[in-house]
Amino acid sequence: MDKHNPHDETAHSEPAEQPNGELYGVLAEFDTPGELIEAARKVRDAGYTEFDCYSPFPVHGIDEAMGIKRTILPLLVFGGGFTGLLLGLLLQWWTNAYDWPWLISGKPIWSLPANIPIGFETTILLSVFTTFFGMWILNRLPQVWHPFFRLDRFARVTDDAFLLGIEARDGKFKAESTSELLKNAGAIAVESCYLDPRPESRTVPKWIYAVIITTGVMALIPFAIIAKARASTSSEPHYHIFGDMDFQPKVKSDATFELFGDSRGNRGVIAGTLARGSLNADDTFYRGLSRAGDGNPSWLAELPASLEVDMKLLERGRERYDIYCAPCHGYDGRGEGAIPRRVKTLGGVWLARNLVDPQGAVAKMPNGQLFNTISNGFNTMMGYAAQIPHRDRWAIVLYVRALQRAQNAGPQDVPADCRNEVR
Amino acid sequence: MSTDVLSSDSHEERKIGATREVFRQVTRDVAWVAESPKPPKAWYAALAVSVSALLLGVYCVTVLFQRGIGVWGNSNTVGWAWDITNFVFWIGIGHAGTLISAVLFLTRQSWRTSINRAAEAMTIFAVSAAGIFPIIHTGRPWFAWWMIPHPNDMGMWPQFRSPLMWDVFAISTYAITSILFWFMGMVPDLATFRDRSTSKIKQAIYGILALGWRGSARQWHRYERAYLILAALSTPLVFSVHSVVSFDFATSQLPGWHTTIFPPYFVAGAIFSGFAMVLTLMVPARYLFNLKHIIKDSHIEAMCKIIIATGLMVGLAYGIEFFIAGYSGNLYEQFTFINRMFGPYWWAYFAMVSCNVLIPQFFWFKKCRTNPYIIIILCIFVNIGMWFERFVIIGTSLVRSFLPSSWAMYSPTFYDIGTFIGSFGLFLTMFLLFFRYLPVIAIAEVKGVQPEAHAGKAH
Repeated sequence: MDKHNPHDETAHSEPAEQPNGELYGVLAEFDTPGELIEAARKVRDAGYTEFDCYSPFPVHGIDEAMGIKRTILPLLVFGGGFTGLLLGLLLQWWTNAYDWPWLISGKPIWSLPANIPIGFETTILLSVFTTFFGMWILNRLPQVWHPFFRLDRFARVTDDAFLLGIEARDGKFKAESTSELLKNAGAIAVESCYLDPRPESRTVPKWIYAVIITTGVMALIPFAIIAKARASTSSEPHYHIFGDMDFQPKVKSDATFELFGDSRGNRGVIAGTLARGSLNADDTFYRGLSRAGDGNPSWLAELPASLEVDMKLLERGRERYDIYCAPCHGYDGRGEGAIPRRVKTLGGVWLARNLVDPQGAVAKMPNGQLFNTISNGFNTMMGYAAQIPHRDRWAIVLYVRALQRAQNAGPQDVPADCRNEVR
Repeated sequence: MSTDVLSSDSHEERKIGATREVFRQVTRDVAWVAESPKPPKAWYAALAVSVSALLLGVYCVTVLFQRGIGVWGNSNTVGWAWDITNFVFWIGIGHAGTLISAVLFLTRQSWRTSINRAAEAMTIFAVSAAGIFPIIHTGRPWFAWWMIPHPNDMGMWPQFRSPLMWDVFAISTYAITSILFWFMGMVPDLATFRDRSTSKIKQAIYGILALGWRGSARQWHRYERAYLILAALSTPLVFSVHSVVSFDFATSQLPGWHTTIFPPYFVAGAIFSGFAMVLTLMVPARYLFNLKHIIKDSHIEAMCKIIIATGLMVGLAYGIEFFIAGYSGNLYEQFTFINRMFGPYWWAYFAMVSCNVLIPQFFWFKKCRTNPYIIIILCIFVNIGMWFERFVIIGTSLVRSFLPSSWAMYSPTFYDIGTFIGSFGLFLTMFLLFFRYLPVIAIAEVKGVQPEAHAGKAH
């Protein structure tokens, strides 16, 4: 009978005179798994409840012999998995359909088929967590200390030993008769196990607490630094741990670039090219020019033929005029808008042309020139081409003509049947 | 401590301890690898090579982080190249480990016990190698945490209807499950190591890892339930993971990707490549660490047969893809597949077909299934073929897309190759460390399938 491992001998060198405290229980060794099962059955039949069998691998048949009830673990896992499914779907619904509704390719905001893969994965994930952690919790592990670990024999349970331990707290336990029972059940050895009387044997050493606390505090340092950085301001440039493409060898607009002779990064428009949508070939509409007669351009006298002149256009012109022109030229066109009046009260001079003076330049201007002035400006007046679309500029031209007519109207302009009413 | 050993007279005539010698032998055979003061010289040589490869990878990834994706051969046209090829390649390799540990467990294939631990370890290391690529290929990997749904300053959430987000959930669930399953399976064996350790440091480390395992029947009862449940959960998980990986391609509109056959096709390919990798690693390991009587010839043969079966499935998928391209009448689909076979990457296509469909056919011969050298060579070919399969799918579809003006070619740079070699370095380094310090074979499970595990029972 050779049941000594080489390492067993070293393990046996532990001092056997360790002080013994209270009796914890007895541990019996059996030769084969089958004998362990039989012994377990006998121990259970004798009415013991606080006992357990120990083996290097799961011995099949022992659950029934010991009367172990089926674990509730599968039920817990079902609960965990179901929770995972609900949480997975809730996460997707809340984030993508409720908190920030996210329209993808015109599909419904909440379309279940596309949410199934993640729902499935969260189901599995929570099931796995429940299984793994649930099993350890039900097994009351991790456990740093157990009385049986005091016995050298117990170290062999992970190698080749089949052991049965009965705890002294069992109501039927009696040192003599329990050992006798185990011996009769076929034990090749029965050993008593005593608790270590020293209290420090059952407490975690202080240095372990020190390590845990130190590690915990150290782990908080990065978070503390982040919290400080978030709550404070700094004029220093930030650390570029990651480039983030902040520094790139490229020319930015309006910067110098020595490669070109003129040292300008901007290259301007290439001769003979046009930007998309900027052809504007109709000279009368876009530039107010006429090529009638000898073919040389001259200012258009009338309005462009493509423009439909009606009250709607005139209304549009009034509205645009009141926005863009009235601040200087005034609502009546006499050049006494809000800005010239304000500048005058401050003691300065702000000249705005009187648009309706019958002897003035504007009254004599062809429509095309007036359009050009609105577009490109004149003297201190800036051009409005960037702000007012072409059609609206023509509408303003039309309205200015209407203003001139209205401001310089004579008695002959009053309809014949109303002349008596005006003096 | 009082010890009162009672020697029972009724047992004197029977030879006590013969049964237990079998279990002790199993413990010794596995534990010596971790307990021997010095591992074999070949282990040091392999570790040196692996760590060098790993350092090369670290260098390449550092340069990548500093200078951007431009250091790779990727371009506007070929946005995915070796990065995603390597990702799918490694994920596929991982799948065989789960298959061995879960599916073969559920189907009661007891031969799996000899290799499941190493195969599960392979899964975890392969998933680690795989997980690097999708993160580094984003260009600014330091923002990878944006994929984790969390309330943030931007008020933004991930887009959960994108297969790329499904990938994040599938791969991380898979990695977590694999690690927990692997660790849980290892706890009883770590307890064995704990109880055999003679040095204080080893006792402390293995003791913490073993969580105070006592091998009690009540513990084993819940443990076995949990193991069964984890196996049952891992089985659909492993199928879902590679299906989701295939959705990355299948849900796009690109000819050659947009096909419903992808999920089963990818899963079969994953198992195929994974078994090839298990054999590539385990055949030398069983010689190196003298585990031939635990990992038996019949186990190796069984894996070779799985390679034939999955190789044929992959071959069938290749055929179906061509049939569907022709049968669909879709011009773009037809062009893509003709281009795949006769286009600029014809050599990659033929490497894939010959390595994946033709070469595994050698395993029909018993001679090839029993000769370790032939097995390793054939399995390496299968691994090469499976890498090419992913490159063919990704590369040939991208270089010739709908718009001929954007057609381009792809060729790897030094950094592409270095990163790939680095992923092998990571995988092998972790594997070698595992082999040296952890129970490489599921000791408790192997004991449980010995005939002696039923010794002394009434029936």
